[in-house]
Amino acid sequence: MPKKIINVTVNGRAHEEAVEPRTLLVHFLREQLNLTGAHIGCETSHCGACTVDIDGKSVKSCTHLAVQCDGSEVLTVEGLASLSKEAGVLHAVQEGFYKEHGLQCGFCTPGMLVRSYRLLIDNPNPSEDEIRAGISGNLCRCTGYQNIVKAIQYAANKLQQAQKVTA
Amino acid sequence: MIPPAFDYHAPRSVNEAIGLLGSLGADAKLLAGGHSLLPMMKLRFAQPAHLIDLNRIAELRGICEDGGDVVIGAMTVENDLIGNALLRAKVPLLAEAPKLIADPQVRNRGTIGGDIAHGDPANDHPALSLAVDATFVLQGPKGTRQVKAEDFYLATYMTALAEDEILVSIRVPAFAAGTGWAYEKLKRKTGDWATAGAAVVMRMAAGKVTHARIALTNVAPTALRATDAENALLGQPLNDATVDAAAQAARAICDPAEDLRGDRDYKTAMAGHMVKRAIRAAAARCA
Repeated sequence: MPKKIINVTVNGRAHEEAVEPRTLLVHFLREQLNLTGAHIGCETSHCGACTVDIDGKSVKSCTHLAVQCDGSEVLTVEGLASLSKEAGVLHAVQEGFYKEHGLQCGFCTPGMLVRSYRLLIDNPNPSEDEIRAGISGNLCRCTGYQNIVKAIQYAANKLQQAQKVTA
Repeated sequence: MIPPAFDYHAPRSVNEAIGLLGSLGADAKLLAGGHSLLPMMKLRFAQPAHLIDLNRIAELRGICEDGGDVVIGAMTVENDLIGNALLRAKVPLLAEAPKLIADPQVRNRGTIGGDIAHGDPANDHPALSLAVDATFVLQGPKGTRQVKAEDFYLATYMTALAEDEILVSIRVPAFAAGTGWAYEKLKRKTGDWATAGAAVVMRMAAGKVTHARIALTNVAPTALRATDAENALLGQPLNDATVDAAAQAARAICDPAEDLRGDRDYKTAMAGHMVKRAIRAAAARCA
């Protein structure tokens, strides 16, 4: 099948790439752009390990075609740290997962981080229930949810304090 | 898992999409949110030679009012139903029930039209559409026609949608003042299909039920309207006896397939419970 040319911005960097129509976004990111942060877990849009941000929405990249991203902006876990004002500084959600031990084996973590990032933009001060509902599409098979929720609460606090300082 | 090879088309208008459907014929499939079709393609249950992606057709998205109806574009995603103020005011069941569908990421892609047109009895919008008395607007090369939700579902994965047609919008009469509504869905976990589900829309006056529409999810080859259950309530006061009678009438039409969610008896029993819960919850919202 002839390849299609797509223009897509990933983590702030513009790419022009040729893709087969059947190439899934997660394979495009991992194999063509060498961004292996988004993980291939269940491949059936249940586990959320492949979660990325497309044009400001959380999406499971195993159930999205790369060709559909023509003209889009994609954010993967690799792009989170670059969102900080200072280079090399972790994003608040990454710092939260580190400080609160929000990961065990780490397989679900890239998806959890990108989903948490978007959740806190949509709802900067979520209740515990809202956090749990917000990450209900991300499975942690270590069942480490307790600390994942704490990590997101840590990030929410940190981001809100930063907002106050700026204001 | 990678889908089999196909050619990809991204029309910008409904007319362009219908033209493509006509020229590509039976080898083409329409791609909406893709959360049913892409997994089916990965598993080789579907192997279309062409995908016609509807995601870039702006006219298929959005929610507006037309006379006494709310008109929902077929490509409106579940999360946009949940947040929509017009829907909340006029047909609140359709703004609330999608919270029980899949998960936040999937709701960013999954569309009401895809959920309806797929013809899977496990999907939630078929029963919801029956309960709100929705009409589906289908557009083909010869123009548009309207089909009631009740007449749309023929069998599992088989609907009244012709091969050269696209479901473009869903028309729903605004609820009359005082209408109560509920969707109860038993599921094993987030993202699972219903073990059994029930949608209820009803009105009451002077302590008696004056309007009732009851529909069931995933307990038969298609979503079901439970007319006998509705009749068990109409003109009656709501009490344990009448709610039980409605649940019994609903159980009587169940014909579920056994799977990991349970055997036929269990699913039928759960359908009865979902009907009871939904009637009670809807009654509590009646004014």
